[in-house]
This record gives sequence, C-alpha cells and structure tokens, in this order.
Amino acid sequence: MSAMATSMDQSRSSPIDTVRTFGRNNAWTLGLLGFLAVLLAFTKVVNPNYSLGSLSSTATSVLPLAFAAVAQAIVVISGGIDLSISSQMALTSCVAATMMKDNPGDGMAVLIVIGVLGLGLLLGAVNGALVVLTKVPDIVVTLSTYFVWAGFALLVRPAPGGSAAQWLKDLVVGPAGIELLPKAAIVLVVIVAVVWIPLSRSRLGISLYAIGSNPLAAFRSGVPVNRTKFLSYVVTGLVAAFAGLSLTASTGIGSPVPEPTYVLISIGAVVLGGVSLAGGIGGVFGPLVAVVVLQLIRDDMTFMRVNPNYGLVAQGFILIGVLMAGSFIQMRRSRA
Amino acid sequence: MTAATDTARDRPWLRRAAWRNVLRDYPLIPLTILLVLLVLTVELARPGTVSANWAAFTVRQAAVLAILAACQTLTMLTGGIDLSIGYIASMAGFVTATFVHQPGGWAFGVVVAMAASALAGLVSGIGIGIFRVHPLIMTLGMGLIVFGFSNVWQLQSVQTGAGVPAELRTLGTGLTADVIPNDLAVFVPVAVLLILLLRRTGYGRMLYAIGDNPVAARLSGVRSWQVLVVLYVLSALLAAIAGLLQSGLSNTASVTLVTPYLLPSVAAAVIGGTSILGGRGGYSGTIVGALILTVLAGFLSIILPEPWRQIVFGSIVVLVAAAYTRATAAS
Repeated sequence: MSAMATSMDQSRSSPIDTVRTFGRNNAWTLGLLGFLAVLLAFTKVVNPNYSLGSLSSTATSVLPLAFAAVAQAIVVISGGIDLSISSQMALTSCVAATMMKDNPGDGMAVLIVIGVLGLGLLLGAVNGALVVLTKVPDIVVTLSTYFVWAGFALLVRPAPGGSAAQWLKDLVVGPAGIELLPKAAIVLVVIVAVVWIPLSRSRLGISLYAIGSNPLAAFRSGVPVNRTKFLSYVVTGLVAAFAGLSLTASTGIGSPVPEPTYVLISIGAVVLGGVSLAGGIGGVFGPLVAVVVLQLIRDDMTFMRVNPNYGLVAQGFILIGVLMAGSFIQMRRSRA
Repeated sequence: MTAATDTARDRPWLRRAAWRNVLRDYPLIPLTILLVLLVLTVELARPGTVSANWAAFTVRQAAVLAILAACQTLTMLTGGIDLSIGYIASMAGFVTATFVHQPGGWAFGVVVAMAASALAGLVSGIGIGIFRVHPLIMTLGMGLIVFGFSNVWQLQSVQTGAGVPAELRTLGTGLTADVIPNDLAVFVPVAVLLILLLRRTGYGRMLYAIGDNPVAARLSGVRSWQVLVVLYVLSALLAAIAGLLQSGLSNTASVTLVTPYLLPSVAAAVIGGTSILGGRGGYSGTIVGALILTVLAGFLSIILPEPWRQIVFGSIVVLVAAAYTRATAAS
C-alpha cells in the first residue's frame, strides 16, 4: 500500500525511479511472490501430475482462508486483532447455506448473498462497538464474541448441511476460460481490489494506518480514533462474510463448527505477509500471497506422501522461522 | 453540586474514586462478592443444587482451569500471552496415556510429556525473549507445531493402545472423604508457590517490571530475555500439569482434550483482574476468576442448550470485563 501512497509523489520522477521505489516499498511482498514461484516449480517436481488445471482446485480450496487473511490484515493494520473471524465465517456460511437450502431462484440467491454481507457488517459493527465503548482489550472482546457467533451458528444449523446456489458454486470452482486463470483467483482479486483499493486511498484508509501506527499522534492530528477503530472492525466483518460465503460456495454446505486453525493461519499469514502486529505497517496483498504459500506447502507435503500432520508442523516452523529471521535482520540493522 | 461535594469531603468512602482504588487494589473483594452472588443465583434457580458434592465437583474442575489460567496470568503480567497451552496440555495427557503399556509405564510417560512440554516452552521463550517475536504469534505457531507432532504421535501409537493411568484417574477424579477433590493435592502447592513467586521473589518483581515498562526494566538491569525464557518454560510445564489432571478428570486422552479451555483460561485471568497489557494483576484473583467461570459454565449447562450456553457465556465474559475495566479505569 505504501507504494500507492508514494506513487503520487513519484509521478514526476522517471519511470525507473518509480519502479525502484515500488520495489523497495514492496520488497517483502515481491520476495514472497518469488518464493511462491519457487514453490510452484517445486510442486511440479514432487507431483508431475500437478497441471495448470490443478491451480484451480488449489485456488478454490485456499479462497476462504485468503479472505480470512485479508479480513485479519485490515484490523491488524489499524492496531487491533480479531480472534472471532473463524466463527464469523461459520455463522455467515451457515446462514447462507440454510437460506439457500430450498433452491430459491437466482434473484433470491443474490438477495441472500447481499443479506449475508450485511450480516457480516453487523457482526463487525458489534465487535467494533464493544472494543470502542467498553475499552476492554480487543483480544478479550473478540475471544468472547468468538463464543457468541459460534453459538448463533449452532442455533442456525445444529448440524452441517444446507446447500449453495448453483451460480455461487460455479463462481469459485474451475478455471475461467483458459486454464491458467482459476475463477476463484479472479473472484478473490476482484473483491479484494474493490474493497481495498478505494479504501486504502480514502481518508478512512489513511486513518486506519494512522491509528495503527500511533493512536495518540493520530488523535492529535484530528483523526477520529474511535470511529476509525470501529470502522476497521466493520470492514473486517464484511470481508469475513465474503470468507464465509466462499466457504459455502466451495463446500456446498454450511458447517456450524468454526475451523480452529483458521484464526491461527489468518494471523500467521498476516504476519508472514509483512503486516506488523503492532499495527500501521503492511497491506493486504502480502497476506494473500502468504496464504497461498502456506497452503501450497501443506499440499506439497501431501503429494510427497509425508504424514499430513507434518504439514501443520511445517507451517508452524515456517511462521516462527520467518519471524525470527525477520527480527534478527532488523536487530542487526539497528545495531549497525 | 455543593451538597454532593460536601458529602464527599465528610465521608470519603462515598467518593467514587475511593471505591475505584479499593477495586483496583483488592480485586478479591468484588470478585468474591460476584462469586457468592453467582452461587446464590444457582441455588435460587435450582434449589438443592448447591451441596458439598456440588462444591467438590466445581472445585475439582476449577483447579484445572486455574492452573491453565496461571499460564495466562504469568505471561500477561509481562505483556505477553500463551496461546499454545491448549495443545501442550492435551499433548501431555495424551503422551502419558500412550506409555501405560510401554516399558517404563506411565511414570516414564509423565517424564517424556514434561520434557516435551518444557522443550516447546523453551523454543517459545527463545523466540519471544531473544528474537523478540510477538508472544501471540510465537505461541500460536508453537501450538500448531505441538498439535502437528501430537497427531503424528497419535498415528504411530494407535497399536500400543491408550488408556489413562489409574493413578491419574484417582488424582483427577477422586474425592477424599467424599468432599475434598484429590487434585487439590497438586493445585494447592502450585497455587501457593505461584503466589509466593509473584509476591515474594525477585523473579516475580521482574515479571511485573517487564510488563509495566520494558525499557525501564532493562535500564535497571533486568535481563529480560532470561526472565522470558524461564517464564515460557514455566508456563508450558504448568500447562502440562493441567493436561495430566484434565485427562485424569475426564478419563480420556486426546490431542484436543484441553483446547476448549484456552479461551476460558484467558477469560479467567482477565476477570481475575490481571491486565492483558502487562504489569498489573496477580494469581489470587485468577483463582477466583476460574471459580466464577466454572460455576457459571456449570450453571449454564444445566439451564440452557449448547448454542445459548456459548452465547450467554461469551456475553457475560465481555460484560464482566467491561464492568471491571470501567470500575478500575484511571482518573
């Protein structure tokens, strides 16, 4: 995002400078992309059957987690954290799957999708209002609402079930025209771009970064800190609803039990994607790439017939290893 | 307005600030009142529920939660948190169970479980203390690693058969003289040691110092990294102890046995008056917090179906935390 902020200042300088600045500002994301490319090549080596078509199934399976990471990134950038994302996803997914159970018409299904997105906004608004009004630390608030949303999900759907409208499933499964372009990837990029690019360029977007990096300084420069914090949770709720919908679309059902690893991996991907847990630094595209990297590592281990549980171990070690290396480099630099 | 000020000057105990200070300095008082009110509510809603037996069951379960909440209390005092304890505790109980029919028996299993937990805590501590990785993400990652390894271990030890050792069952579920839970034999020494550690030792002071102001702590000669490495090893060992008790209590050994208690453990510490931002709190409040949550969860499980139980539980935790934050807020 910093590239976007600076690209305006850079408009008068030469194109080479612009590229260089872009590279410097996005070094972490570009490095991750490079790593992803290596990983894809490695995937092809360990599993010769991995074709361009397999990209689509990877994209479909990673879609809910990718939205979860984006949702987490937005709230972390503004200095908060949301541990209730996985149960927000369970709730929105259950509501969507239940309402589409009796095969309503396409027009009705569109209305349902819009309604579910509205529900996501509402869940985010409740989280945000609680954080702002009660002044209870965000970890505690969202841990508690985790229970609440999961309880409501169980009320809506006591057992996994329901169904998804056909167009919704078609939207995320398979390639779009040519094999290189999975539909899920297009859906992901379009939705994230539609939500994030206008947001990050707006006054609200800048305010998100401002309150994340220094709430007091932001307050003194006239940023409405509480309102911005509230809105960061609202936007996170919206993106989490997209995550829930994509869960319904890719599995065809709604499951009331939140996937326990979603929260962990969403936070892991956010950090791996170059967003500082202290707030104020990073964007949403790094976390997106990081999610795909984490998913591919697990897939590769499955292809290599390694016990899939080692995939979890590997994800954990990569998370920790990258963070330790990152802070080690930073310490060396600050000492020099 | 003048009338109000006069009253406040004449009778200082009527001033809100005075009450606030009481709440802040002696969190045990309001917490105990809350606990008593809760027990009264239980008795009024379901007359005959509260009995010696009920108390024994409640205390038995609360002891496990209180040990898990000790992990959060200690780490939160330094401004950290330990999200790996659910997986570490489950792993400890599970590993012990797999050694029942092995040479060395369950006692050797306990040693292996403790060593594995300490190792996990050591790695977390090194990451947090030396490499300055955020505790939240470090323990999260460590939880994933422990969970993955537990699953691998589970697949490899299916043939050997798993069963909770009889000794742990006696310790976890048994009642001495029908009213005193046996797990107090573990919990009471742990609690006394922890309270003494926090109140009477230099190490305890250093935990508060680091949480209150890390820079000031460093400048006054505290070697933060050593304190933190020891802290996370200690936290992992406490989690392992809780895991052993819980597997004895429920007579099951599974790699996810204790994970549902992760969130209540954080809630117990927060309700008990320990600040998640560091530097303020103590273990005695946490114990009462664990009792409150256990009574509450038990009560809700009697009167409500599962979905509503979760909804009400979450809402009450937020409300209590909010009331507490409001009551103890500075100014």
